[in-house]
Amino acid sequence: MNDKITMHYQVPADDFTRAGEASSSVKSKLKMMGVKPEIIRKVAIAMYEGEINMVIHASGGTIDVTVSQEEITIVLKDQGPGIEDIDQAMRAGFSTAPDNIRALGFGAGMGLPNMKKYTDELIIDSEIGKGTTVTMKVKLPTD
Amino acid sequence: MIVLELLQDGIFKVLNEGENLDREITVPYCCDLLSIAMGKMPSGAAWVTVMGNVNTLAVAALADAACVILADGISLDEQALNKAKEQGITVLSSDLPIFDAALIIHQKLHA
Ligand SMILES: Nc1ncnc2c1ncn2[C@@H]1O[C@H](COP(=O)(O)OP(=O)(O)OP(=O)(O)O)[C@@H](O)[C@H]1O
Ligand SMILES: [Mg+2]
Repeated sequence: MNDKITMHYQVPADDFTRAGEASSSVKSKLKMMGVKPEIIRKVAIAMYEGEINMVIHASGGTIDVTVSQEEITIVLKDQGPGIEDIDQAMRAGFSTAPDNIRALGFGAGMGLPNMKKYTDELIIDSEIGKGTTVTMKVKLPTD
Repeated sequence: MIVLELLQDGIFKVLNEGENLDREITVPYCCDLLSIAMGKMPSGAAWVTVMGNVNTLAVAALADAACVILADGISLDEQALNKAKEQGITVLSSDLPIFDAALIIHQKLHA
C-alpha cells in the first residue's frame, strides 16, 4: 500500500439522522483495509466528534480523510461562525450548545478534548465569521 | 459473559437483536452525555443509558460498545430503531433504573 487513499464527505447542516454517517463510512473502509481495531476506534471517535461539531455549531461542511503508510489524516472544514477563543473551547466542560441540542445528549464540552485525546496531532485554524478547519492525525504503527 | 446471557431471566428485553448477541461484555458503563460516553466508555461495554435517540446509536457503534441497554422503560424512537436495524446494533431494554440495571450486569459478570 504505497499510494495514498483519499475519501471525501459532505456533511449536511442540522441533520441529526445523518450525523455520524461519514465517520461510520470511514470506520468500515478502514476495517476493509485491515487497519488495527484500536486505530480504527481512535479515528472513529475523533472524527465523529468533529463531524457532530460541524453539524451543531457550524451548519455542516466537508471532511477529507487521507490514509498513507505512516498516518491517517482527517481534515474537517466548515464555513460556520468560527471559534472565538480556541483555548477556552478546548477546555473540558466548555460548551455553547443550546438547550435543544443538550436535550439530545450533547453539550458536555468534551468533544474537542476527546479529539485531542484520541489523536496524535490536532490543529484548529479558525477565523470569526469565516469558518473553522480542524486537522487531526493518527499515526499508524510501523510494523 | 456474552450479551445473550443477559436475556435469560427476563429482566432485559430485546428492542433490536442486531449482530452482537454473541459478543463478550467487558464491563457495564453508565452515562447519558454522549461525548463523555464517547471518551470514557471501554470497548465491549454494555452501555446503560436513558437516551434512546439516533445519536446514542452512532456513539455505541463508533465507540465499539457490545450493546446498548435502555433503562427506566425507555424505548427507541422510530428513527433510532431504523438506525439500529441498519447498523446491526444490539439494543436491549429494562424497566429498572440505570444503577440497578448496571448492577445486575456487574453481578452476572462476576458471578
Ligand atoms: N466547528 C466549530 N465551529 C464553531 N464553533 C465550534 C466548532 N467546534 C467547536 N466549537 C465551539 O467549541 C465548543 C466546545 O466544543 P466541544 O466539542 O468540546 O463541546 P460541545 O460540542 O459543546 O459539546 P459535546 O461535544 O461534549 O457534545 C462548542 O460549544 C462551540 O462553542
Ligand atoms: Mg462537540
